[in-house]
Amino acid sequence: MVYDLEFEKPLAELEKKIHALQRKGEHLKPDERIQLLRAEQDLQHRTEEIYKTLTAWQTLLVARHKDRPYAADYIRLICDDFFELHGDRSFGDDHAIMTGPAKLDGTTVFMVCHQKGRDMKEKQYHNYGLAHPEGYRKSARVMQQAEKLGFPVICLVDTSGASPALPDEERGQAEAVAYNLYLMSRLRVPIIAAVIGEGGSGGALAISVADRILMLEHSIYTVASPEAASSILWRDRAFGAQAAEAMRISARELKALDLVDELVPEPLGGAHRDHQLTAANLKAALLKHLAELKQLPVDELLEQRYQKFRAIGKFGRVS
Amino acid sequence: MVKEAIPPTSAQASSADQPKPGVHPSGNLAVKCIKCKELLYGRDWEKNLKVCPRCNYHFKLTAQERIDLLADPGSFVEIDDDIISVDPLHFVSRSEVYADKLEEKRQDTGMNEAVVVGHITIEGLPLALAVMDFRFMGGSMGSVVGEKITDVIEFGIERGIPVLISSVSGGARMQEGLYSLMQMAKTSAALAKLGEAKIPYFSLITDPTTGGVTASFAMLGDITLAEPGALVSFTGPRVIEQFMHIKLPEGVVNSEFALQHGMIDAVVHRRELRHTLAKLLHLYSHNGNM
Repeated sequence: MVYDLEFEKPLAELEKKIHALQRKGEHLKPDERIQLLRAEQDLQHRTEEIYKTLTAWQTLLVARHKDRPYAADYIRLICDDFFELHGDRSFGDDHAIMTGPAKLDGTTVFMVCHQKGRDMKEKQYHNYGLAHPEGYRKSARVMQQAEKLGFPVICLVDTSGASPALPDEERGQAEAVAYNLYLMSRLRVPIIAAVIGEGGSGGALAISVADRILMLEHSIYTVASPEAASSILWRDRAFGAQAAEAMRISARELKALDLVDELVPEPLGGAHRDHQLTAANLKAALLKHLAELKQLPVDELLEQRYQKFRAIGKFGRVS
Repeated sequence: MVKEAIPPTSAQASSADQPKPGVHPSGNLAVKCIKCKELLYGRDWEKNLKVCPRCNYHFKLTAQERIDLLADPGSFVEIDDDIISVDPLHFVSRSEVYADKLEEKRQDTGMNEAVVVGHITIEGLPLALAVMDFRFMGGSMGSVVGEKITDVIEFGIERGIPVLISSVSGGARMQEGLYSLMQMAKTSAALAKLGEAKIPYFSLITDPTTGGVTASFAMLGDITLAEPGALVSFTGPRVIEQFMHIKLPEGVVNSEFALQHGMIDAVVHRRELRHTLAKLLHLYSHNGNM
């Protein structure tokens, strides 16, 4: 896989050199063999260095990488079985959110996931992961079903936000998001949310009011997409990078602020370099937290969930 | 006498929405209606509860004006008046220094934050209430707004009295990042608890209410009322236009639009507001029930 992000330029050059040497195959001279070895070590070293200190904006680029695994990939890689449930029973079926029961390590969980789509056709089908009110209402319906039947809910979050079009307003986008916050805060089964790429604004929060909030190491979670924040703060979308830094949107910074519970490690160079390994890491984290949450009596689970969100916020008092 | 017109608000506020003071031809202090451009006598305008008599435009009220409009005289008791914002992310970027802006807004408005909370009576009936104020950073919701609103909802639960939130807000406050977003979850969770306690929640939407505030407590009312012509949406009109590459007609995504699409229960003129709330408090009370 090529290094194709802006900040990966030095890595791409090293990679080019390595490829050129590798192409010679059997014809490598002894000193070229050493060069190759060195270049490979150098690449590893530089990648580690760069990825250890990604800025918020660079993290966003990784989180949006075109080859990053999406929810459907994780479902395929970590669940033994899955049946997709469609429709909100009211207006339509939103393909920006996938829902349904799945088997995870032998037990049934209900998946509620954003899905972005990879090629142009898929992206259009999934509306780039921008959910309509129907998507949130489908999520609510499926979560209520999980509650009724006593199955835990796992939400995979990956959206730059809820769909901001006029028809979404007509069908009550704000109410659809708000209702999910209300519902999830009191849902009587364990809920785990994992941000796998972009956690964007109310559209992400609408499926992440959970007992545990996990984030993949190079994912982001933000009050508004940095471009939108730039537009709100400075009436210009061009300052996304500055807004991203100031809002501290990267998983690492959010963990340091204690706003999320756990970081799920990604392979060196980002999740897109090894879907299998990333999925295995995510699965292990989900199973660990699921096991912990299952131990709790449901009233205690709900009280802990309430207190978890109740405690978020920083303020002072006038003396 | 006209009150000092409110100075242009932060970047999160739309600056065009405040009355411009002017001098009426007769020499009396006057304001110009933002919507129909009519020049209005200041005194008449105030007497008319800051509603334009010509086009019915409802000007923004400060939190204190709104409380005076609704509460039985002398019944308002404020809680949480000592909570103030800190700068949890040390937000400094380009021209934006959040700590300075907070101080500036405190000076400008004499308020600690964008919401005032407490309890009142309306025609003798008790009500816990939160009233937002657009002058303080466009009524945006950060940690303090979320905390005070959650506190007043919990106050309603403890005392067993209904809760009213009067919203006016550009949405979540960018300068507190994810802390702001999480206030949507915090306040909504408190409302869910209020619901479990079987206590009614009234939401009042005023111009403008958008973003994270609409997508949390403003749209969770057991009864949701809006003032006429208030902008109410998840996405602001400017962003909708950019996203769809269209020009929206005047007045779309307002109270009447929300009523027509089944999102709210009623559009209520400011003149009728106190009376309507009193009536609802009676109707939603078990007193007198067998």
